[in-house]
Amino acid sequence: MTSVSAMEPGRGQKWLAAILVAAYALLTLLPLIWILSTGFKSPADSIAYPPKLIFEPTLEGYVNLFTTQTRQTEEYLASHPPGNWYERLVHDKGMVIAGPSRFGERFLNSVIIGFGSTFLSVFLGTLAAYAFSRYRVPLKDDLLFFILSTRMMPPIAVAIPIFLMFRAVGLSDTHAGMILLYTAVNLSLAVWLLKGFIDEIPLEYEEAALIDGYTRLQAFIKVVLPQATTGIASTAIFCLIFAWNEYAFAVLLTSGSAQTAPPFIPTIIGVGGQDWPAVAAGATLFLVPVMVFTILLRRHLLRGITFGAVRK
Amino acid sequence: MKKTVIAATVLLASASSSQSADLTLCWAAWDPANALVELSKDFEAESGHNMSFEFVPWPNFADRMLNELNSGGKLCDLMIGDSQWIGGSAEAGHYVKLNDFFDQQGITMDDFIPATVTGYAEWPKGTPNYWALPAFGDVVGWTYRKDWFEMPENQAAFKAEYGRDLDVPTTLAELKDIATFFQGREIDGKTVYGAAIYTERGSEGITMGVTNALYNFGFEYENPNQPYDLDGFVNSAGAVAGLEYYKELYDCCTPPGSSDWYMSESIDAFKSGLVALQMNFAFIWPGVHADPNVGGDRSGYFPNPAGPGGHFAQLGGQGISVVSYSENQDAALEYIQWFAQPEIQKKWWSLGGYSALRAVVEDPSFATSQPYAQTFLDSMAIVKDFWAEPAYASLLLSMQDRVHKFVIAGQGSAQEALDGLVKDWVEVFEDEGKL
Amino acid sequence: MSKTKIVDAAAYATPLPLRHRIRGLSDRTIAWIFVAPTLILLLAINIFPLIWTIRLSFTNYRANRPNADVKFIGLRNYERILTDSDIWQTMQATAHFLCWTLFLQVVIGFALAWLINRKFKGNDLWTTIIVLPMMLSPAVVGNFWTFLYQPQIGLFNYLISFLTGVDPSSFTMIGEVRLAPWAIVIVDTWMWTPFVMLICLAGLRSIPDYIYEAAECDRASKWRQFWTITVPMVLPFLMLAVLFRGIENFKMFDLVTLLTGGGPGSTTELTSINLKREAFEKWRTGYASAYAVILFVTIFGLASIYVKALNRVKDR
Repeated sequence: MTSVSAMEPGRGQKWLAAILVAAYALLTLLPLIWILSTGFKSPADSIAYPPKLIFEPTLEGYVNLFTTQTRQTEEYLASHPPGNWYERLVHDKGMVIAGPSRFGERFLNSVIIGFGSTFLSVFLGTLAAYAFSRYRVPLKDDLLFFILSTRMMPPIAVAIPIFLMFRAVGLSDTHAGMILLYTAVNLSLAVWLLKGFIDEIPLEYEEAALIDGYTRLQAFIKVVLPQATTGIASTAIFCLIFAWNEYAFAVLLTSGSAQTAPPFIPTIIGVGGQDWPAVAAGATLFLVPVMVFTILLRRHLLRGITFGAVRK
Repeated sequence: MKKTVIAATVLLASASSSQSADLTLCWAAWDPANALVELSKDFEAESGHNMSFEFVPWPNFADRMLNELNSGGKLCDLMIGDSQWIGGSAEAGHYVKLNDFFDQQGITMDDFIPATVTGYAEWPKGTPNYWALPAFGDVVGWTYRKDWFEMPENQAAFKAEYGRDLDVPTTLAELKDIATFFQGREIDGKTVYGAAIYTERGSEGITMGVTNALYNFGFEYENPNQPYDLDGFVNSAGAVAGLEYYKELYDCCTPPGSSDWYMSESIDAFKSGLVALQMNFAFIWPGVHADPNVGGDRSGYFPNPAGPGGHFAQLGGQGISVVSYSENQDAALEYIQWFAQPEIQKKWWSLGGYSALRAVVEDPSFATSQPYAQTFLDSMAIVKDFWAEPAYASLLLSMQDRVHKFVIAGQGSAQEALDGLVKDWVEVFEDEGKL
Repeated sequence: MSKTKIVDAAAYATPLPLRHRIRGLSDRTIAWIFVAPTLILLLAINIFPLIWTIRLSFTNYRANRPNADVKFIGLRNYERILTDSDIWQTMQATAHFLCWTLFLQVVIGFALAWLINRKFKGNDLWTTIIVLPMMLSPAVVGNFWTFLYQPQIGLFNYLISFLTGVDPSSFTMIGEVRLAPWAIVIVDTWMWTPFVMLICLAGLRSIPDYIYEAAECDRASKWRQFWTITVPMVLPFLMLAVLFRGIENFKMFDLVTLLTGGGPGSTTELTSINLKREAFEKWRTGYASAYAVILFVTIFGLASIYVKALNRVKDR
């Protein structure tokens, strides 16, 4: 930042601040570490008292997450020896793998719906944001506020008519329905963020392009879009994270074919009771992409979470 | 690859309905469901239809499946829906009426245990209108640690304290004594607790538990002579005593942290050796019997004990229905026809599914076929079910709320809780136009 | 930029007159073409449903009884909601949750931002770590916290017992009436304090050094500088953070429903959870619609009053 000024805190103060912040950060990290490590525990270790800090890691949780298993008789087990490591793991509990679990499908649904809605909202959002940024749109401020206000409704309240609407037109439990819905919810964020990013691109570039004989559309595509790539990319990630994490609409409007992972993970159960290692394994696989994005995004984070109201 | 297969089957199915179809059966995710998957392999081989399954854990089951039905979803062709859904699903047209089909196929409801026909298939209750075939008989009963009961030191200590032998309880009062006795006791160097009972709030847990006490202390859903007359029956002095009993049992004799427990948490507690007694539906018994830690001779089973006001047990279980939004109704009916056959029902029982067919349960060898078979029969003889009205969900949620508030949260008195329940239920029935 | 190429190719492949028409689009037309899809989608998925909700709120409609008569019952749904003592109880639970989460997050978030602004080495790394929880799926996080809150086996009880010596099986965070409201406050605070922190940090960094230097010349004490410079300069940022968190927590559903499901009793039944029960479990669609309208009016009203106050602080 700036050169050393009179305001630069002293060394001792810095150390104290560093220690306090680090302590808080580690405390914050603890539940996340716990999720990560529980995924590699055996079911018995996961519910051990006192909680086990050191344990023998196993992939049982991950195997349970991806497979469905049935209990079999001794004779059956003896006549069907396990073929590979994960079959052996299941076999040792007196069970056999009956087939894949639904987790893969649900995860894939999350990917399809997440990326589909992100693409649509960024595409539509960029167009709208450009128009709001560059043209005199009648009632601009009202429209912008209207777009934002759609985000204030509790999702459950919105879900009541959406449920009826989707039922009437057959969009319940479909990818298309969820993509449209998440796009509509994300559009407000996309428009507000992208308008901020496009506002920052100097008008002179476009003017120069227009003088060179470009049309408006060409200038938008060849000059503005390349300049806005960073903004578009970070907006896209914010939209993706929202669609990825969303729970309320997903649980109310999907039941099978289009259900995403968040409503599914809490319902992972083993033989009686929640299978915590499998839940933790699912949670880990689900949370890690978001963590990576967060680290990549850290410079634009503030802007994203405040709808562009605060720009560092 | 799989997609092309599916596409091909869809094409074939539309070309001619007798061709193989892709059937999806929806049920709760629990042990019997796995047994049904096993059983259905025969059907697939026989009919050429392809079965897939959508199983949802109990706490989310009603919520998600009713949502699916109400949104007119085509996910499920066959639905093994909970007994209380029958009124709503019949009236809203979610289920296909099965009378004609039964007549055609020569299936008669006289062949099934009467309580299951009333509970799982009929709407309106007591009339010969069938919307399901009884698929899985279930009832709340108790599991206990036989090995702990038989320990000489426990026997002696119990006798000294209560002046009688430590044995299977025949009344609810005895049951509480036993639970109190085991609460906090050291067994094999581990602290154990009295009983695991239903306390779950989100779906139907605490209601399915507390009714076992309420019924036996004199609670009734309505005036037997005048339908929907609730005051003085739901909140009678007996009902209040029953609710107080359940709270006392929760306060004195349950493991710490059991404030939101339903079937699976109770199984966990029992199997991990945390509790001496477990209230649960009969479906768990095959699993308990086979368990490496508590199975075999180490566990025993008994029906819900009597109380001062009667002897009942909460009915569970489900019938199998055809969903009216399904595009494979013919194949779905074929499945029901196949499932109703006596030899299939017999195999169903051997795999751990509680058949409701009289030919199976009245067979002389049935009672001794498993250590819990007699308990199952005794329990099925004393069942009583919750409302199956179309408004059952509203009725259930009010009860969950009122009971949980008193028993777990300790707010208000039992009388207030039941008076509040009467008020809620009257309001529901007024909305329904029944009052 | 393959996209540009495609557009070019498309432009050249288009017959001339059409090409001219596309390229010669007036600014006004382009503006409307660009804005229209967004508006249409928002009208279809936000405004139309809103109007529908308002209409339904005057009826006794139930979505699980498609065959039943729908009667227009005037303001009866509103009357029932506003006179229902249970609903006031959920409002109280919501208020408790809202006030305490906002208070804790503001205090801790501001303190953290202030510390991080000491510009020690590695503050970027720690900031990134602290920020992680808020980007995660609230449903998955809520579900996993039920595990952390288990008596005996849970990490939370174990930590508390390690720090204070209380028996870890002697209390159940999500099972006891006196603890459950705090259990949800703790998780929400864990998740969302970084949000307030980031915004405060931006506020702190926006204060130019020369203001402090001038104060230093006037021999103002550090304490005085804090209250007369730092706090007022950060206040608009802080208020913005409170606005965002306030709206979000008023709508709170996913985290708490998975954590406690509203229990024990109704101690943590926040309005959204209550609304979900009415709308999607009891299926009293008309009644729930009225409920939704009341909530929307409340949020919108409170938010606009607040935004006015915020603007006044900003202008000062």
